[in-house]
Amino acid sequence: MRYHPLTDADRSSMLATIGVESVDALFAELPAGEPSFDLPNQQSEINVERALNAFAKENLSCADAPSFLGAGNYRHHTPASLDHLIQRGEFLTAYTPYQPEISQGTLQTIYEFQSQVALMMDMEVANASMYDGATACAEAAAMACRVTKRSRVLMSGSVHPHYRDVTQTQLKHLVLDIECLSPDPIGIEDLIGRVDDSLSCVVVQNPGFFGHLVDLTPLSEACHAAGVLLVACVAEPVSLGLVTPPGAMGADIVVGEGQSLAGPASFGGPGVGLFATQERFVRQMPGRLCGETVDADGRRGFVLTLSTREQHIRREKATSNICTNSGLIALAFTIHMTLLGEAGFTRLAEVNHANAVTLANKLGAIKGVKVVPQAFFNEFSITLPKPAAAVAETLAQKGVLGGVPVSRFYPRYEELENVLLVTATELTTEGDMDLLVESLTEVLS
Amino acid sequence: MTDYTNTTSGNRGLVFEEPLIFELDSADSTGVDLDAPEHDMDRLGGLRRRGPVGLPGLSEPEVVRHYTRLSQKNYSIDTGFYPLGSCTMKHNPRLNEKMARLPGLGDIHPFQAESTVQGAYQLMDTLATWLKKLTGLPAVALSPAAGAHGELCGLMAIRAAHQAAGNDDRMVVLVPESAHGTNPATAAICGYSVESIPGNGNGRVDVDALTARLGPDIAAVMITNPNTCGLFENEAKVIADAVHAAGAYFYMDGANFNAIVGRVTLSELGVDAMHINLHKTFSTPHGGGGPGAGPTVLSDALAPFAPVPFLVHDANGLHMAEHAGDKDAPQSFGRMKGYHGQFGVFVRALSYMMSLGIDGLREASGDAVLNANYLRVRLSEELTPSYDGICMHEALFDDRFLKGTGVSTLDFAKSMIDEGFHPPTMYFPLVVHGALLMEPTETESKATLDQYCETVLALARKAKRGDAAEEFLSAPHLTPRRRLDETQAARKPVLRWKPEPLKHAAE
Amino acid sequence: MTDIRYTKEHEWIRLDGDSATVGITDYAQSQLGDIVFVEVPDEGKAVTKGAEAAVVESVKAASEVYAPVSGTVTQGNAVLGDAPDTVNSDPAGDGWFFKMTLTDASELDGLMDQAAYDAYLKDCDA
Repeated sequence: MRYHPLTDADRSSMLATIGVESVDALFAELPAGEPSFDLPNQQSEINVERALNAFAKENLSCADAPSFLGAGNYRHHTPASLDHLIQRGEFLTAYTPYQPEISQGTLQTIYEFQSQVALMMDMEVANASMYDGATACAEAAAMACRVTKRSRVLMSGSVHPHYRDVTQTQLKHLVLDIECLSPDPIGIEDLIGRVDDSLSCVVVQNPGFFGHLVDLTPLSEACHAAGVLLVACVAEPVSLGLVTPPGAMGADIVVGEGQSLAGPASFGGPGVGLFATQERFVRQMPGRLCGETVDADGRRGFVLTLSTREQHIRREKATSNICTNSGLIALAFTIHMTLLGEAGFTRLAEVNHANAVTLANKLGAIKGVKVVPQAFFNEFSITLPKPAAAVAETLAQKGVLGGVPVSRFYPRYEELENVLLVTATELTTEGDMDLLVESLTEVLS
Repeated sequence: MTDYTNTTSGNRGLVFEEPLIFELDSADSTGVDLDAPEHDMDRLGGLRRRGPVGLPGLSEPEVVRHYTRLSQKNYSIDTGFYPLGSCTMKHNPRLNEKMARLPGLGDIHPFQAESTVQGAYQLMDTLATWLKKLTGLPAVALSPAAGAHGELCGLMAIRAAHQAAGNDDRMVVLVPESAHGTNPATAAICGYSVESIPGNGNGRVDVDALTARLGPDIAAVMITNPNTCGLFENEAKVIADAVHAAGAYFYMDGANFNAIVGRVTLSELGVDAMHINLHKTFSTPHGGGGPGAGPTVLSDALAPFAPVPFLVHDANGLHMAEHAGDKDAPQSFGRMKGYHGQFGVFVRALSYMMSLGIDGLREASGDAVLNANYLRVRLSEELTPSYDGICMHEALFDDRFLKGTGVSTLDFAKSMIDEGFHPPTMYFPLVVHGALLMEPTETESKATLDQYCETVLALARKAKRGDAAEEFLSAPHLTPRRRLDETQAARKPVLRWKPEPLKHAAE
Repeated sequence: MTDIRYTKEHEWIRLDGDSATVGITDYAQSQLGDIVFVEVPDEGKAVTKGAEAAVVESVKAASEVYAPVSGTVTQGNAVLGDAPDTVNSDPAGDGWFFKMTLTDASELDGLMDQAAYDAYLKDCDA
């Protein structure tokens, strides 16, 4: 087997050193008998490539069709140098940086990641990453309960349905009550009227799942007056290049999904959970943190720190059970943000928004189609005169990935049956938009 | 002797000093050129950002050099031997990376019309088939994102099963004292209290103490097998039978599944649930801390409670059951991860499994255990193994061999760094004093192991000579940074770069 | 000489009239190593003998500090927030954790005096 360096001669000589007859004799404590597995034997690289290519060919890649898909997962351009850098073996094949003397590369990139995330969110501190946006949201709600010593959570209908579901699952044995308001496609729910001092936190998303941009300031003021924390989710961090960040609107914990800046969608995973908060809450934060210090020669260096919050030290009293996080995806995020810089990030967000506005104008001109949000970033919901799932399927058959039907997330809400989420990014061309308009007009006529 | 290492630049030959990106900032520089938008119509509803984000600007060559230089400050499997116990640092085949980047696998969106992603579904279904056959259990939840997340999946299913049976007064989970910290932390998220089970003096669970504690308040027992001392829990089936007789469930922590893959099934061991770390056993890269994937196999008793999403076969092929409570998933405990799980990790793991096949996987566990035992026997010449006899994929030593030398486990491990080796896992498991846990994996050659053994033996002899303690205490000496002041880092946390306070008043 | 009593968890308690001061012993701080963080209870908090009252952390360990007796906290040592190393340098003095009033002064009788604690420490090191 090409990945196994030992030769038969090596094995014989090593067995002699150990003093056993055979490799199988090393397993004498396992139950006797050979289980039968009914699985194929080893294969050449050529054959494995063929087999996996066969799976790939059964899929319609976003590389081969105009895509307007979003709903928490966004397709942006990935600079060529990004993928090259994250494949350097010293990054790709390193473990968690537990030995700081020989992990300064990973540690400094984590420190840069934490700094960038905090700046983007306009928060004081950020951690080294969570699994994804949905689990980061659940961790934020749990943290709010620890900070406030209260156990009720209120989740807005603007929050991504997967974030809502994961939060409900992960907190079901910890928290008294998680109230999820009905999905809010029009953006009219009254959160402020529901804030009271029994709540640990209110969880919102901006831009919302249906695309709305909302000023969170009045809500954060109402929350703080009642001792409630405001948790804000950002599913599309490219928006932060143009839109006022949650921290500037009074959010206490900001979480998000970094995938859109970290590379291709990869069918939704792995992503990278972003998690930021204020310094006074840092000891209640979940996940790893990297901090600056000095070495024995007085030179600046970086280490993992405040580890007493974590499972390997605090065990059942830890702030979370997370161990492995999304290190490599966080690195990709950081490299992309560094490549962009202030000017590139702002420009990227401007192009996304301009394309979305153009697309909204074009789609809104189709008979029977209505663009729902007044204010949005690069994604918005539209209502169709027909069920959106069937429309999306027909468009896909025509080679256009035309949007995400909301019914996929909310099958039990009939009033959402005709709602489609549509996204435009810097990759969306005028030709793509015209093709969507043409195909959609045809499907609806 | 003249010290020639104090250079003007701070660089030392190929070892570069590298500032933070914020210190390399040239305002307005960027590594990404984008055409200006066609128009500036604004539908932001008055929420346009009022000030800059504060990000530094760097050109592409500066960015490439910065991260390349940083990468060179890392130890990695590609560059050296990484015998980090319980972490399984094996070779990461690049075929897996290439496959994950096929546009038909990497560049697909989780919410495309299902008819356009049947290949992705088939790939996931194939992976699920492999995992079920390798473990002998009938169901697998693919979506958990890592080992600890898989533990949560298993315990959530266990709690759901107890609730469905009206047994929700079982609120205690038993965990051996040698367990990973994730086990008790996970049990706590499920609302369980945790009780520790002692060892039996031979590095295994004290079965009598365990069975004596079983009763109507016990929800589950979590046992790592092979355990964190690198030993097979040879009474696993006895434990499982006792656990089941007491009405509880048997969770096996699969962190060390790589030692036994292809040699035993979990059904033989009476397991109800086990997570599989694809980033350990199935070679997907650790990436400096993740991502991982922790698919969790489930017994018939727990399968109905599996989390969404999961694949369902129907007349049109495969579709994803995405909603707990719907007809496809009436008893599911809910969703624990966005989208469909760590698909990119699935592709890499399946690429590895197909490359090895069942014969290659058996060879992998065989060579991993052979390599560990070879280290155990050779190093026992100077080091003190914690337990006698054959170990599985990792060999555990304690610090008795350092007694009276003035050198601690930490110092000894740090001195290995100067010799070009990554240290083993230190001070874990907690059940032996000053632990050194070494896991060589199957992807190391005999020549590498021999060089490692000779080096470690020489270090041990040097420590025992008693005249070199200072060299150990100040190690490592040859790294980009010497020992870091972790006390200062924790006392006065500096967790991010901050702009200098505005200086205009002084100018 | 003031009456100082000790617990098996290496806390000390010193009675001054109706009020008492609680800290951890020199042995405890030496076992923990460099202390990086201390969380002391707020004024007015009711504590129960043997239950968790404060937390003390080094880089690689976190330990609970238990109330030696039941009562009400009258003051936490605010100095430890910015200078947790005071516990290392002066555990029996400026490194105290909190002051409290006692519900039942007779609970002190169950604790070790200096001689008993010194003997106990010999066992700990054995």
